[in-house]
Amino acid sequence: MNFLDFEQPIAELEAKIEELRHVGNDKDININEEISRLKKHSDELTRTIFSSLTPWQVSQIARHPQRPYTLDYIEMIFTDFEELHGERNVGDDPAIVSGLGRLDGIPVAIIGQQKGRDTKERLRRNYGMPKPEGYRKALRIMKMAERFGLPVLTFIDTPGAYPGIDAEERGQSEAIARNLLEMSELETPIIATVIGEGGSGGALAIGVADRLLMLQYSTYSVISPEGCASILWKSAERAQDAAEAMGITAKRLKELGLIDDVISEPLGGAHRDMSKMAAVLKEKLKNEMNDLLNSSLPSVVISRQERLRTIGQFKES
Amino acid sequence: MSWFKKILPSRVKTNSSNRRTVPEGLWTKCIACNAVLYRAELERNFEVCPKCDHHIRIDARERLLGFFDEGTAEELSADMKPVDILKFRDNKRYKDRLNTAYKGTGENDALLVMTGRLLQMPVVAAAFEFDFMGGSMGSVVGEKFVRATEAAIEQRAPLVCFSTSGGARMQEALFSLMQMAKTSSALAVLRKNKIPFISVLTDPTMGGVSASLAMLGDINIAEPGALIGFAGPRVIEQTVRETLPEGFQRSEFLLEHGQIDMIVDRREMRSKIHNLFSILTHQATANI
Repeated sequence: MNFLDFEQPIAELEAKIEELRHVGNDKDININEEISRLKKHSDELTRTIFSSLTPWQVSQIARHPQRPYTLDYIEMIFTDFEELHGERNVGDDPAIVSGLGRLDGIPVAIIGQQKGRDTKERLRRNYGMPKPEGYRKALRIMKMAERFGLPVLTFIDTPGAYPGIDAEERGQSEAIARNLLEMSELETPIIATVIGEGGSGGALAIGVADRLLMLQYSTYSVISPEGCASILWKSAERAQDAAEAMGITAKRLKELGLIDDVISEPLGGAHRDMSKMAAVLKEKLKNEMNDLLNSSLPSVVISRQERLRTIGQFKES
Repeated sequence: MSWFKKILPSRVKTNSSNRRTVPEGLWTKCIACNAVLYRAELERNFEVCPKCDHHIRIDARERLLGFFDEGTAEELSADMKPVDILKFRDNKRYKDRLNTAYKGTGENDALLVMTGRLLQMPVVAAAFEFDFMGGSMGSVVGEKFVRATEAAIEQRAPLVCFSTSGGARMQEALFSLMQMAKTSSALAVLRKNKIPFISVLTDPTMGGVSASLAMLGDINIAEPGALIGFAGPRVIEQTVRETLPEGFQRSEFLLEHGQIDMIVDRREMRSKIHNLFSILTHQATANI
C-alpha cells in the first residue's frame, strides 16, 4: 500500500501491524489480539483523518497511483465488454478507451479516460491526457450509441486535454467544442462519473450528461490547482490555496448545485477496496440508468438542455 | 471623443468618463512596425496599421459599433453583472479585480451583445472585451452569449461573435467551465433553427473560449496574425520540451491545418460577413 504524506500516522500503524504478523504465532497467543487492537486503532485513525481532508489532500487521493482507473471499473462493473479503437481518421488514442458492453444485462456504450499503472503504460496512455482523435473516437461511439439506443456511460479521469504541438495542429479546441455541442443534444441518456481527476475542458469533453456524479474523493475543476496557483498566485507552490479557493471537491460542488450526487468511497479511498467501490458505483449507475430509461427520451434531452441553459450566477438590475 | 462615439445613439454609449482614454495626443505608434501614426487615421482604418497592416487590439464596443451600420446598434442585457459566488480570493479578491475591470473598461463584464444592421441586413453580434479580465468567460459571458443565440432565433437574424479571450474565468471555477457546455448547447439549438453563426477569432482566442463557442462557427474566420489555440504556447513548450514551430498557433497556421475557413482583414470584415450570410440565408445580392 502506498501512503500519502498526510496518511503517515496510519502508515506507521499499518507497518507495526505488518511487523507483528511476521513475528508470527511463536508463543505469544496475545499477538492476534494485539493485531486486531491495532487494526481497530488504525481504522479509527483513518476515519478521523479522512473526516477532515483539505481539498488539496482530496486532490492527492484523486491522483493516487493505486486509484482504480476506467478499465478497472469496466472489468468490475460491466459484462461482455468489447473495446472499439477506431476514430476512422488519424489514429487510436490510448488515453481514451471506448466500447460496448452490458450493465446489469442492459446494452450500453462506455467511454473513459485511461491512465497507466506503470511508467511504460503511463507513457502509452499519455498520463490520461487525450488528443483530438481521442475525443473524436469518443464522439463516434456516442453517435453510434444514439443510433442503436444505447445509454452512454462515461468515466472522467484526466489531468486535462493534452497540451502538445500535434494536438493543436489537429484541432484540440474544435474536438472538445464539438463534443460539447453534440453531447448536449445526443438522443440517448448520458451518465458521467468523475472517478479521479476532472481536469478542465479535457474532462468536460466527455462530461455533458443527464446525471453528473462524482466519487467522494475525486475532483473537478476549471484548471488544475497548480495551474491556477501559478497564474493567480504566480507560484505553483500555492496549489493548496488554489484548491481551497476553487472548491474542487465533490462535496463542495454538490453544495453549489453543479453535480447531482456524491458516491461514497470505502474508508481510506477507492484504492483501499476496489471491489467494494465498484459494487457501490455499479449499483448507483444501474439506478440512474433505469431511472433515465424510464423517462421518455425527448424529455431526457430537453431536461439536459434546460439544465445547461440555467447554469451560472449573475445579477441584473 | 472618437468619431464613432459622436454618432452613437445615447442608449449604446457607455459612461465615457470611466473609459480608459486613448491619449488625446494626436499621434500614436504601431506596436508592430513602430510607425508613427495619426490617431484619427488609425480609427478610420479600423485600428489596422496603414503601414504594416498589423491588427491592433480593439475594444468590444468600438468593434461592434464599427461593425454595424451607423446608428442601428442596440445593446442587449447591458446591465448584467457578475457575482462572486465563491468569495474567491487569490493575491487579490475577485471583487477587487472586478472593480478594477469596471473602472478600466467601463463595461460590466467581458462580453457585449448588440443587435443591429449590417449593410441593411438584421444581425445579432457579440464581442469579447479583452481588457475585462483577459476576456475571460464566466457566468455573465455565458449567459449573454446564450441570449445572443436566442435573440438570433427570435429575430431570424444570423449571429456573429468576435472572440478574444484567455479562456475560462478561474475566479468562477467550475461555474465558468460549465459555460463552455452552456454556450455550445445554445449553438446546437441555433443550428436546429438553421440560423447561421460566424465565429471571428481575433488575437488572442485561447482555452475554454476556443474550445467551445469560438470553434463552432458554421464558418470560422480569423483576423490576420491572431494567436488561437487550446493550450497556451508556454504550457505547450514546458510540456513537450521543444521549441515551437515558427508561426505556431497563429491564424495562418490554423488555416494551413484546416481549423479555420479563411483569414479576413478587419477592413474587409463587414462586406465579407455580409456576403457569407446573404448566401447562407438565400438572399439576393444587396445593392450596396
